[in-house]
Amino acid sequence: MSDTTIKPRIEKAPVLERITTALPIALVPVLAVLGFVAIGDPAAWLTLTVAGLAMGLMIFIMASGLTVVFGLMDVINFGHGAFISVGAFVGFSILIWLGGWTASSSVFLNLAAVFLAILVSMVATGLMGYAFERVIVMPVYGQHLKQILVTMGGLIVAQQLIHVFWGPDEIHVARPESLRGSIVIGEAAIEKYRLVAVGIGVALFLAMRHVLKSTKIGLLVRAGVENGEMVEALGYRIRRLFLIVFMVGSALAGLGGVMWGLYQETITAHMGSEIMVLVFIVVIIGGLGSVEGCFIGALLVGLLSNYTAFLAPKVALVSTIALMVIILMWRPQGLYPVVKAK
Amino acid sequence: MKEPLLTLSGVHTHIGPYHILQGVDLVVPKGGVSVLLGRNGAGKTTTLRTIMGLWQASEGTILFEGQDITKLPTPEISRAGIAFVPEDMGIFTDLTVAENMTLAAARGPLDPDRLEWIKTLFPPIRTFWESSAGTLSGGQKQMLSVARAIIEPRKLILIDEPTKGLAPAIIKAMSDALLELKETDTTILLVEQNFSMASAVGDTVSVMDDGHIVHAGEMAELAGDARMQERLMGLSLEAHQ
Repeated sequence: MSDTTIKPRIEKAPVLERITTALPIALVPVLAVLGFVAIGDPAAWLTLTVAGLAMGLMIFIMASGLTVVFGLMDVINFGHGAFISVGAFVGFSILIWLGGWTASSSVFLNLAAVFLAILVSMVATGLMGYAFERVIVMPVYGQHLKQILVTMGGLIVAQQLIHVFWGPDEIHVARPESLRGSIVIGEAAIEKYRLVAVGIGVALFLAMRHVLKSTKIGLLVRAGVENGEMVEALGYRIRRLFLIVFMVGSALAGLGGVMWGLYQETITAHMGSEIMVLVFIVVIIGGLGSVEGCFIGALLVGLLSNYTAFLAPKVALVSTIALMVIILMWRPQGLYPVVKAK
Repeated sequence: MKEPLLTLSGVHTHIGPYHILQGVDLVVPKGGVSVLLGRNGAGKTTTLRTIMGLWQASEGTILFEGQDITKLPTPEISRAGIAFVPEDMGIFTDLTVAENMTLAAARGPLDPDRLEWIKTLFPPIRTFWESSAGTLSGGQKQMLSVARAIIEPRKLILIDEPTKGLAPAIIKAMSDALLELKETDTTILLVEQNFSMASAVGDTVSVMDDGHIVHAGEMAELAGDARMQERLMGLSLEAHQ
């Protein structure tokens, strides 16, 4: 075939379009600067900013699985909060079991206990995700109303099972010895645990980006989000991919549950469903199916919650919803939608 | 008559309340290009999607190399050696051209020799290798879609209206590419509304109407008989030249 009749036609996107694409990334530093101006006190601002980033990254950990599940499988999983609660309780049990390690003054033993608690929680919630997908979600693929009903039913069952195994009361979770207290930088006190949460959150985001951009399974997930039918026509068993992604999403919710439990220092059977309000806000702000959008949305929600809680506590309750409304007025599909709303 | 590669016998397909295929009997011989013609809504696309397992046949059998594939899931049908180029091209626009091609090589890494052949067949694949597939023009996307289907050796390629909405120069290029593909071991089942293009590349032809095959024979016979074209499809070859 001759190339003479087909002229290559590709141009760099116009400058305005490139700026528009990059704008959401700039929202986080812009919000931080606005927070600095409004708060005035650099020490308080630094403390609140680290707290906001930590909170945002923990929400990102919980929300990232949900957004990929929604994008790839078109499943609205209202039961996602169950994995957060179960993850927190399983992690708590492991930390109790490793009480000697958590009470030790050794940083290594403390971190090893947290690592094991996270690992076991992720395995437990990953397996729970397997059962949830096979029994509850699989029969209702493509039926959104039924998905909402049965996944909420699954959430209620999971909450009641937590009551059966761990009792109905709120449980206090003590952080390991070396994760208690703060580091003082100038006049700012920054909790050690928040720094750990920031580290884990950023590492997870980079790992997810690497997997999605640089591995074949990541390619499959991105392609599946866009056109699952075509992925099947190329010879891939997308139902198997669905299951793997659902299990990974559930395991990430379990990880988020452990971290959120240690952050709040109390856990309840309903903690998952309570945090799901913020998780859904982050997923909607980020754009359905987008890990990058979810990351930016989580940071915005975390920072805004902390700044407004300091500046105007009464406004804090509605600030995240207001943020979502403003973002949706600007970009009705969210910051970086992968799945376009029909 | 050549040995049949694909045989549909009494295939019915329902989509929701609609009875689209109403007993399709179709034989695709091994080698060459078989063309499926028919007016809009006759059931051509449904036939391809049913063969591919994207819509399930409610009745009838589909044999591929003598094996019943009627109830097989789509990935198994693909792995049996059937590729599909859908009408909407099915390009992953968020992925680069290279990523689209990598994903299409489902059985292993890209074969450099075969990739080089494809790049010669479709030069834009080489030109835009690292570009986002979403930035390609319609014709380039169609080339990528066909290139993806042939990145691994396939026994049968189902192609649904590859020239729809394309400029004449691109249609000519696509036609040339299909003629070159004919020289390989690959069999092509082509759904096409552009009769000039179909008659230029086709060896055999089947005509559909209202969910049935109403005519099957040699393409040369249909191309040479304006009255038969008028009777079967309500068109004349001259009108398309």
